Amino acid sequence: MNLVGTLYVTALAGCAVAALAALTAPARARLPLTGWCTAVAGAVGAAAGVAALSGGVSAGVSAGVSPGGPAGGSGPSWSAWLPDLLPLAGVRLAIDPLGGVFVAVTGLVTVCAAIYGIGYCAHGLDGRLFQAVLPLFVAALLLVPAAASVSTFLLTWELMAVTSLLLVLAEHRRRAEVGRAGLWYAVMTHLGLVAILAGLVAFAAGAAGESFAELRAAELPPGAATVVFLATAAGFASKAGIVPLHVWLPRAHPEAPSHVSALMSAAMVNLGAYGIIRVGLDLLGGGPAWWWLLVLAAGALSALYGILQAAVTSDLKRLLGYSTTENLGLVLVGVGAAGFFAVSDLPVPAALALAAALLHVVNHAAFKTVLFLSAGSVLHATGTRDLDALGGLRTRLPYTTAVFAVGALCASALPPGNAFVSEWLLLQSLIHALPGAGVAGAVTMPLAVGVIALSAGLAVATFVKAFGVGFLARPRSAEAEAARESPPPMLAAMTFAAVGCVVLALAPTLVVPALGRAVGVVFPGRDVVSGELTLRLAGVSGMISPLLIAAALVIAVVAVLGLVRLTAARRARRAARLWDCGAGPMSARMEYTATSFAEPLQRVFDDVLAPESDVDVTPMKESAYLVERVRFQARVPDRIEHRLYDPLIAAAAAVGNRARALATGSVHRYLGYGFWALTGALLVLVALW
Amino acid sequence: MWRKIVRTGRVAEPAPERPDGEVPEQAAELAGSVQIRHVDAGSCNGCEVEIASAFGPVYDAERYGARLVASPRHADALMVTGPVTRNMEMALRRTHDAVSEPRLVIALGDCARDCGVFAGAYGVAGAVRDVVDVDVEVPGCPPRPEAIVAALRGLTGR
Amino acid sequence: MVTGTVGAVLQVLLIAVGSPLLVGVMRQVRARLEGRAGAGIAQPWRDLRKLLRKQAISPHGTGWVFRLAPLLLAGTALVAAAVVPLVTTASPLDGVADLFAVTALLALGSVALALGALDTGTAFGGMGASREMTVLALVEPTILVSVFALSIRVGSTSLGSIVTATARDPLSVISPVSALAAVALAIVTIAETGRIPVDNPSTHLELTMIHEAMVLEYAGPDLALIEWASAMRLSVLLGLLASLFFPLGIAGADAGVLGLAAAVIAIVVKVALLGVLLAAGEVFMAKLRLFRVPELLAGSFLLALLAVAASFFLA
Repeated sequence: MNLVGTLYVTALAGCAVAALAALTAPARARLPLTGWCTAVAGAVGAAAGVAALSGGVSAGVSAGVSPGGPAGGSGPSWSAWLPDLLPLAGVRLAIDPLGGVFVAVTGLVTVCAAIYGIGYCAHGLDGRLFQAVLPLFVAALLLVPAAASVSTFLLTWELMAVTSLLLVLAEHRRRAEVGRAGLWYAVMTHLGLVAILAGLVAFAAGAAGESFAELRAAELPPGAATVVFLATAAGFASKAGIVPLHVWLPRAHPEAPSHVSALMSAAMVNLGAYGIIRVGLDLLGGGPAWWWLLVLAAGALSALYGILQAAVTSDLKRLLGYSTTENLGLVLVGVGAAGFFAVSDLPVPAALALAAALLHVVNHAAFKTVLFLSAGSVLHATGTRDLDALGGLRTRLPYTTAVFAVGALCASALPPGNAFVSEWLLLQSLIHALPGAGVAGAVTMPLAVGVIALSAGLAVATFVKAFGVGFLARPRSAEAEAARESPPPMLAAMTFAAVGCVVLALAPTLVVPALGRAVGVVFPGRDVVSGELTLRLAGVSGMISPLLIAAALVIAVVAVLGLVRLTAARRARRAARLWDCGAGPMSARMEYTATSFAEPLQRVFDDVLAPESDVDVTPMKESAYLVERVRFQARVPDRIEHRLYDPLIAAAAAVGNRARALATGSVHRYLGYGFWALTGALLVLVALW
Repeated sequence: MWRKIVRTGRVAEPAPERPDGEVPEQAAELAGSVQIRHVDAGSCNGCEVEIASAFGPVYDAERYGARLVASPRHADALMVTGPVTRNMEMALRRTHDAVSEPRLVIALGDCARDCGVFAGAYGVAGAVRDVVDVDVEVPGCPPRPEAIVAALRGLTGR
Repeated sequence: MVTGTVGAVLQVLLIAVGSPLLVGVMRQVRARLEGRAGAGIAQPWRDLRKLLRKQAISPHGTGWVFRLAPLLLAGTALVAAAVVPLVTTASPLDGVADLFAVTALLALGSVALALGALDTGTAFGGMGASREMTVLALVEPTILVSVFALSIRVGSTSLGSIVTATARDPLSVISPVSALAAVALAIVTIAETGRIPVDNPSTHLELTMIHEAMVLEYAGPDLALIEWASAMRLSVLLGLLASLFFPLGIAGADAGVLGLAAAVIAIVVKVALLGVLLAAGEVFMAKLRLFRVPELLAGSFLLALLAVAASFFLA
């Protein structure tokens, strides 16, 4: 076994040890033991991913009997064939640089989430089951990008779905919404699984076997390929939270414990994008242009819709959930553009777009970990996620505030944040593709640029709202007033994630060349970018240096500060009352809340969001002209859920109600059903064969 | 509109001689730029009309570096009109406190100087100088725009 | 390289010193058109000098965000002034940041100020921040799509190369692409700098404010920084417009002392001219209702899209 394999297997073993420790250790030692074991497993897993990325060329050694053996060049860094582990199919694992990206991201997110969990789970989440399932979930997350056959992939995918469902349901006794969120999640994720299963099984039926190497070699007829692509893409999109299959995401993310939300949002949803890249670009090897325009359109729609909903919601974790939809939408814009450019014979922009998508996956994972973990810290300190009831956390939770500020800056795609770099790369790929992209490209690319820009602008507004209204100003509730800073393990994990963000933001040149190797799996050829200090695009002109921008900014701020110190009269700064127009004092009720902050945006996008408001006037008994009470209610429902899912659910419920008459409880009738069904099936077989 | 602009031309009257009166020492630090926050402490609005015309095109107080601003934080001087009513007493103190040093107070009009016809009325707390320190007083009921402009020029030194 | 460095330093100095004068010129133009005498073009500098002498105030309940915001606002404006090709196209910082980075940097300044306003916890601060962010979000698509339209011809988003290409072939500006992009960018510039008809910089009525509502709590040197930074942002954006669409006289990589001097004079004249135009235009216009502003910005986005379409189909 080579380095990648050793590390990877060690990581999986670490997860198993952590799960065992959770089941057997005494209650007092359970949290630290499981947490540290999982964190170490995550770190080792991340090392495996990084090793797979950096040593893409080293030929792998397979454990057991290897059919054919791995190909050189862009082949996997490590592969394993374990025929005895599963009946019939066996387990086939392989890590190539593309999978390595996702393994590394998962590993790093795990490190943060596991250490964070040691502090976060101390109140009520330290049960055996929950603690044991978390490492299993991590193991599943590490396995999915390494699965190299249809059966292994589906099995690990389902393992991931089930374990994450159990984790989402962890707090179902405390709040009723958890159960509802779990139901939505269970249904959506399994519908997604069915779609993926159908697609991949159809794919395997058309190929010589079910291993990915055989699928790659298969030549599917165009119709079958389209069916496979659409089915798998729909399944993967539902996992990635892409509109209109996103409905589970803004429910499950807020209701799950925060470190689980971080794992789901920063590591699990990425695998949806991974699936589309793996199946669409790698296994199916491209396809007609409209596939990719469809992916691009779905991504663009998600980006806009997600961030718009995030901009108007006042639930902090729901906001982050919708922001995940937005960011995965941007990733899919990149993936779709890459596929489209590859079909249009534009190799350089294609590689660039895919690299941008992968970089955005990495960046999103980093800042979303930071944001979910610090949101968890807020929840831990105040017990509420409602931005309208927060405020004033700057003095009470200074570390959490600073960490959230880093995350918010990164998420709003402003320099010096990391999302700015990936969106810049994405925009560059779109711009450089236009001259050769034909009429479809000429129509799509400007619109895509507009969508990316609008979503970036709305993201700025969203995160100014989340940070400014949630953390600054004064507390608007007793809970926020009494907030206390979180325990050290949580702070350490948050700080680690924030440092990751800063490194990615300032030195993308450390990461992007490695991502270029992952891109090489799909588009073999050349490097995407070059340069150490400056990100220089290869093949087309375009460069940027986030590090130097940040340095220039620091120099400018210091210079301005020096200038002011030098020229301003030396009068001591004075504290004073807030300017309350001479009346006052200003109460916290006069502050702008998240709802009022978003009101102008809600008005501008009235037609899309369709907000509902309700004025309820109760008159006095004596006269209709005297008012006793006026109640005003405003909410912004998820319109897609409202329009698309509610009728579907209602229809299903109606069918179920109608079918009630069939199930009377009489055994004879049920036997009769069985008899007629069997006879019917036989008749059909006879008639058709 | 362009024709109207051309036909009207300049309506600002030529600047009169700079009045030489007593200048508060704090005004020297302002050196040609005075931002003013106007506080109506209970005025009959006669002084407000005159302030508006002092800052209008004809007298154009802005040409001497004076400007009305929206927030006392941005202001260097408070321009107080009217006798200070009981309801406005605390508000005036707070507004004064909100202005950053160096700060000046202009008591504009007879009411602001000594309560005018409202002296002794039950709702009046006193003249402006009873509530905050006054640096410049402008007499008149209401004071003529020329007098207001002259007082402002005393502060800006232009 | 030497020319580039000297040019970059020159343009930072020029913006830092000249931008309050530009505001003075614009106020003077307005005053004259309104029949006033005007306070003179040096008045903004007098205001800044006085504000620097005054005492700074930290309202109760505000913290590091409130203190840092003016510094960051001025810092971003200075960096933008160093990057944007005003005097020279060969700034050593040209490879560091392109047009996207410049617009994002300016947005960062707005964000800093909005957070500073939210930190006060006053209703007006929140209101200003909310409105500023709404306008910012709607302006972003227009900027990026116009940049897209302009960069297609050159094949790069680097400001230096776009301006150099136009300078080499000045007649290329007379095309539908450039005209449409110019109008779109002009509208965006007005919105970004808070001029009429989007925002009124000299309003006293809090309810109609956008930018002013955010700075109501700042006093003394903090306020001086904000006013100075706003002036710099205005000059940088006007200078950018001038350089993108009329780069006559701008110094290239091989320009000598004379070339630089000519470039300085050229940019001063161009920016002053644009400022005069903007100020004169404002006299003829009233501020739009806040919820009509999105329509204006949507219109500008449409123009930018048309510019891209034109660049593809007419090419």
